Amino acid sequence: MTTVPAAPKGQAPATSRFDLGKILLEGRAFLALIVIFVVFTILAPQSYPTVGNILVMASHVSVYAILSIGMLLVILNGGIDLSVGSTLGLSGMVAGFLMQGVKLGGVTLYPAVWVVVVIALAVGALVGLVNGILVARLKVAPFVATLGTLYAVRGLAELMTNGLTFSSLDGDPALGNTGFDWLGFNRILNVPIGVLVMIVVAVLVSLVLNRTVFGRWVYASGGNERAAELSGVPVRRVKVRVYVASGVCAAIAGVILASELTSASPTAGTSYELTAIAAVVIGGAALTGGRGNIRGTLLGAFVIGFLSDGLVIVGVSAYWQTVFTGTVIVLAVLLNAVQYRGRRRAAQNGAGSPPSATAPSTATAGADRTVLEKAAG
Amino acid sequence: MVAPIIELRDVRKSFGPVDVLKGVNLKVYPGQVSALVGDNGAGKSTLIKGLAGVQPYDSGETLIDGSPAHLATPKEASRLGIEVVYQDLALCENLDIVQNMFLGREETHQGTLSNGEMEKHASATLGSLSVRTMKSVRQKVSSLSGGQRQTVAIARAVLQKAKVVILDEPTAALGVAQTEQVLNLVRRLADQGVGVLIISHNLADVFQVADHINVLYLGTMVAQLETKETNNNDVIGYITGLKSVEPSAAGAAR
Repeated sequence: MTTVPAAPKGQAPATSRFDLGKILLEGRAFLALIVIFVVFTILAPQSYPTVGNILVMASHVSVYAILSIGMLLVILNGGIDLSVGSTLGLSGMVAGFLMQGVKLGGVTLYPAVWVVVVIALAVGALVGLVNGILVARLKVAPFVATLGTLYAVRGLAELMTNGLTFSSLDGDPALGNTGFDWLGFNRILNVPIGVLVMIVVAVLVSLVLNRTVFGRWVYASGGNERAAELSGVPVRRVKVRVYVASGVCAAIAGVILASELTSASPTAGTSYELTAIAAVVIGGAALTGGRGNIRGTLLGAFVIGFLSDGLVIVGVSAYWQTVFTGTVIVLAVLLNAVQYRGRRRAAQNGAGSPPSATAPSTATAGADRTVLEKAAG
Repeated sequence: MVAPIIELRDVRKSFGPVDVLKGVNLKVYPGQVSALVGDNGAGKSTLIKGLAGVQPYDSGETLIDGSPAHLATPKEASRLGIEVVYQDLALCENLDIVQNMFLGREETHQGTLSNGEMEKHASATLGSLSVRTMKSVRQKVSSLSGGQRQTVAIARAVLQKAKVVILDEPTAALGVAQTEQVLNLVRRLADQGVGVLIISHNLADVFQVADHINVLYLGTMVAQLETKETNNNDVIGYITGLKSVEPSAAGAAR
């Protein structure tokens, strides 16, 4: 199985052009990943760099990565989605609830697993739709709107069982609803299903971003919303769809997580929204919108996942883990600032004339082009 | 005389109790440059927004190619061949030149973007306007100078096969050399048969490039002049309201 270790690197989806700037841009996230890998290989040579461990870590990463891909879409569009962690929890709970059977009148219905998954994803889409309508139609600031849904959706998840966990998602062969654990436990060619789902989502979203009109519009309205609107881009529709996509991504992650744990907890995914934002930022995206890509975001998710799992393996306390993760995030943002400042300077040097050239021109306009001087009349 | 491509008759617009446009007439001719001048608050922007479909007029007639049109949305205006190049240019800095020129009207093939085709058409359009100042059409707009951005915005309008291009203060933020370039571009645009309406505070630019000068004063069209038959002082007189309304324009005034 020589292809297996390459799986994490193989994420970089089919974005064809490879220029030096791009490599440098994502280089640092990639570099960080290599440093992390080397350091933990030295610290735990027996357990860290094994194919088995890498696959386990990759399947942990897949949950973060899928969340981050949804988050990236929203951030590219110039928004933010704080509700993804709660949405993850709720969709897991909905899946758990359905797996227990639904009492309708006197009968209890046991939906097939694929129906359960589809309904759970629909719940995620619904939360995204609410976010999208709040932000795009009702003009609530994305931060506030999704902060509200973060609380409300978490509350709904806890209401479903009064805070208890659905602990048996195995189904029953007699009822024909087994197989929910397939997502979390099975492997194809030794690669966990979660990782495969992540790859599929990444490739799909990457194609959408780079090859379709919708993707172009996501970047455009994130870069300059007014310009996009004046150019005829349906910015509000794009915005709603971006939040729906983020909700669906969160639901996919929720279903995978519930399947991996064969239980659905209403507190699943708490604070994952911050991890997702961190992955997007480490991946080089600008929180102001319009800049970023899937490759970087995946690298960001891997950096966070490989770092925190490595710290667990080495036996560093959970409190130190959060300190390390925080440090990495701040470093990434610092590098972002340096990088964009450098780029802006390059842009000014490259332009035909620096902005200061306008100063003398206005002076001449004042001197010899008596434009609107009352004295002239 | 050529028939006007756009004709406004007695258009009015008010915001609450404030009458911004008090019955304005305006004609724009194909292949010619018409200038719209006036002091701040004269109603220039409101007049333009009506033509762009951003902010429809309250009343009055809009004729395009002689037939009445209702410009309710920017899409509609665009469909009728009216393109507006805004003062702040409305370009996305994070996209490149081609992406900006095609924004909102991307060419696709089986659901995916036809990047090669779009690049070809964008280059051809820039070529037809004799634009040679850009290194590559794949440059990001954030790396362009003010004049180059103006050029991209104008080329964008041309690419959409605009019959009328409205330019809002195209030279306001430019240096001397760049102003010259943009004015030449405006002239070439008209030479291609496009009707150009240019809004400017800079009378030197107006006299250099325009065939007709329309002066708006407090929501009223006080003068519609041939550039050849007027001079700087007259126009300033009309703009500042110190020169009285001509009898010919008086009908429009009230």
